[in-house]
Amino acid sequence: MNADTTRPTPAAPASPSDGSPIPANRLRGKDLVGIAELSVEEITLILDTALAMKEISSRPIKKVPALRGKTVVNLFFEASTRTRTSFEIAEKRLSADTLNIAASTSSVVKGETLADTVHNIEAMSPDLLVVRHSSSGSCHFLSRICRAGVINAGDGMHEHPTQALLDAFTIRERKGRLAGLKVAICGDLLHSRVLRSNLLLLTKMGADVWLCGPPTLIPAGFAQSGVHVTSSVDEAVEGADAVMMLRIQLERMLGGFFPSLREYFNVFGMTQDRVRRAKPDVLIMHPGPMNRGVEISSDVADGPYSVILDQVANGVAVRMAILYLLSGGAEHEAVA
Amino acid sequence: MKRLLKGGHLVDPLQGIDGVRDVLLDGDRVAAVGQDLQAGQDVEVIAVPQGCVVCPGFVDMHVHLREPGQEHKETIATGTAAAAAGGFTAVACMPNTRPVNDSAAVTRAILERAGLVGAVRVYPIGAVSKGMKGESLAEIADLRAAGCVAVSDDGKPVSTALLMRRALEYAGMFGMPVIDHCEESTLAGEGVAHEGYIASMLGLRGIPATAESIVAERDIALAEMTGSAVHIAHLSTRLALRGVSAAKARGTTVTCEVTPHHFVLSDQRLTGPTSYDTNLKMNPPLREQTDVDAILQGLKTGTIDAIATDHAPHQADEKHVEFDRAPFGIIGLETAVSLTLDRLVHGGVITLRRMVQLLSVNPCRILNVPGGTLRPGYPADVTIIAPAAMVTVDVSKSRSLSRNSPFDGWALRGAVAATIVAGRTVFVNHEVPGAAALGPAVARA
Repeated sequence: MNADTTRPTPAAPASPSDGSPIPANRLRGKDLVGIAELSVEEITLILDTALAMKEISSRPIKKVPALRGKTVVNLFFEASTRTRTSFEIAEKRLSADTLNIAASTSSVVKGETLADTVHNIEAMSPDLLVVRHSSSGSCHFLSRICRAGVINAGDGMHEHPTQALLDAFTIRERKGRLAGLKVAICGDLLHSRVLRSNLLLLTKMGADVWLCGPPTLIPAGFAQSGVHVTSSVDEAVEGADAVMMLRIQLERMLGGFFPSLREYFNVFGMTQDRVRRAKPDVLIMHPGPMNRGVEISSDVADGPYSVILDQVANGVAVRMAILYLLSGGAEHEAVA
Repeated sequence: MKRLLKGGHLVDPLQGIDGVRDVLLDGDRVAAVGQDLQAGQDVEVIAVPQGCVVCPGFVDMHVHLREPGQEHKETIATGTAAAAAGGFTAVACMPNTRPVNDSAAVTRAILERAGLVGAVRVYPIGAVSKGMKGESLAEIADLRAAGCVAVSDDGKPVSTALLMRRALEYAGMFGMPVIDHCEESTLAGEGVAHEGYIASMLGLRGIPATAESIVAERDIALAEMTGSAVHIAHLSTRLALRGVSAAKARGTTVTCEVTPHHFVLSDQRLTGPTSYDTNLKMNPPLREQTDVDAILQGLKTGTIDAIATDHAPHQADEKHVEFDRAPFGIIGLETAVSLTLDRLVHGGVITLRRMVQLLSVNPCRILNVPGGTLRPGYPADVTIIAPAAMVTVDVSKSRSLSRNSPFDGWALRGAVAATIVAGRTVFVNHEVPGAAALGPAVARA
């Protein structure tokens, strides 16, 4: 708890090692429910702030007092290891008091409504709620009925904004920019919230987005929306600066979207041969968890272009930035 | 008791009247229609307010009154009170009550209750299949004898082509229409919104337009095969409308209705400030603007026969949940006439004459019930509207037990001034200047 005494830096997040100041700016809303609601300036602010946050994770004492006295509740109505752990580490590195509630241990199983569950938690005055839920739009719903800020950690098939932000951070870190890059996103487009957030973010930031998947897993209306949609992996990957793979779930095969995992891999799996069509310095990305041998071969996942573990590391920095910005950190410092 | 509606503008397409006429009501019947009718002795003279239009009573051929079984959502008393306030002199209620209206006993219970507490006439619609399970025909002859005017498994499609064929053949024996909720279940799946770009970006499972048109085409083919009358409920897509239009050109006995929400709203409303509003969740879902445009065209050309509300009350708690968990449906009885006047009549899509066809003439014709005109000898069911009056929708004042409307706070041009059922005024809108002369509203029974 006295971690900050080793380096008394309430302004630490605002003073990254390279000395560049965080823009004196803040997010417009109390919530982060989706990329759809963010402006280009807000996305840039989050990514720039995450740069400062990343430095904290490289210190021997990985803790700053930015969120000391703030309570963050991680409310997960759907199983998650990676995202929940990432948020929890981010919260702890910012000195927030954190509480994890999983659906299996909550009142939801007793028939309580989502609104009642969250009102009960709110009665204990948390500052931020990090929510994952299987229903699309559930974070919009909660943001309207909650005083606390709501951070969307994945709502149904709708959005997973922190994933898209960490993906963008990872690309920008390696390529220095997002605008003008060709980014291919391949896999189960229909059921993926990662896809929707990435599509919104990359399009807003000026990237050239190509979507690829079997026609049975391409969402209605996407082909007419102006983004490139193809069922040819070769076409999507050709000259790409980054290739994002999306997870294929076994249930989708059982749901009749494609005949077998074997055939899926043969037609859509990312292999070394297919990666060769991309730029020589292509980034191979995956939000996890991976199905090796289904959407991606192991030699690609573990190969030299893979930034999959960088994504995980950057996830902590990006989530720290979001927690920091939404808890009003920048505002407090402005008056300090 | 005789009442003389004096000096109003009468729109009665079946009599070819669109002008100032007096209407004399004698008890529960129309006695005379004419210019400058003289009031004899014992005649109550009622001055129709300036600017008001006298119409044969509006009939909403598609409502859910929820009684018996779900009286927390709506009752026959509250649902018919809402109908009266919405300018409807009669409603046809769907059979998905608990228990399902698949037997004469349930039909008689509904009619008995309606006779005691109903503000307007109630025409029960019986189930096509026992328990609406889609397996075997309900006792349709019994249902008809008890008072049902049509059959439907509304809420669900008539499950198979074979059952639909049998229903058309059997109900056709009595000249009863089969009303179908056209939706191919496997295509619709677990969908909660119109399949298209909007639902795709919102991550909502889609119900494709084709799920509606494929069953509409099936029903049209079976109506042609059997020669019986099929009525397509709450048509929502340009694809189904195209099928109906072609079938009508061939002389098929097919009719269809649309709801106000399908001609006013598109799926675009699911984004922005009202994103994921569960009062925008209904089945069929709000479609794309091109579908809305096609429906407006169908209303104009006459391909669409009727406007019906699909009034579907749900309690606030039931709607205050995640979008995919909320029940389908919105209330509509008290907003339909204002939306029709504002969007269709003032919007230049249809004339008042056509509006009366859509809300009165055609529903009566399709259901084979008396009304649709104020010709002498017909029921003294009258809807008086104030086309120029401004209204602001306030659901907190709704007569319905439920509040699930997406139109709360909307300012609309066009109001209901009064509703008269069987010669008695059952609703007066005191916000319309001069409307007090039309009242006071009395209990119908």
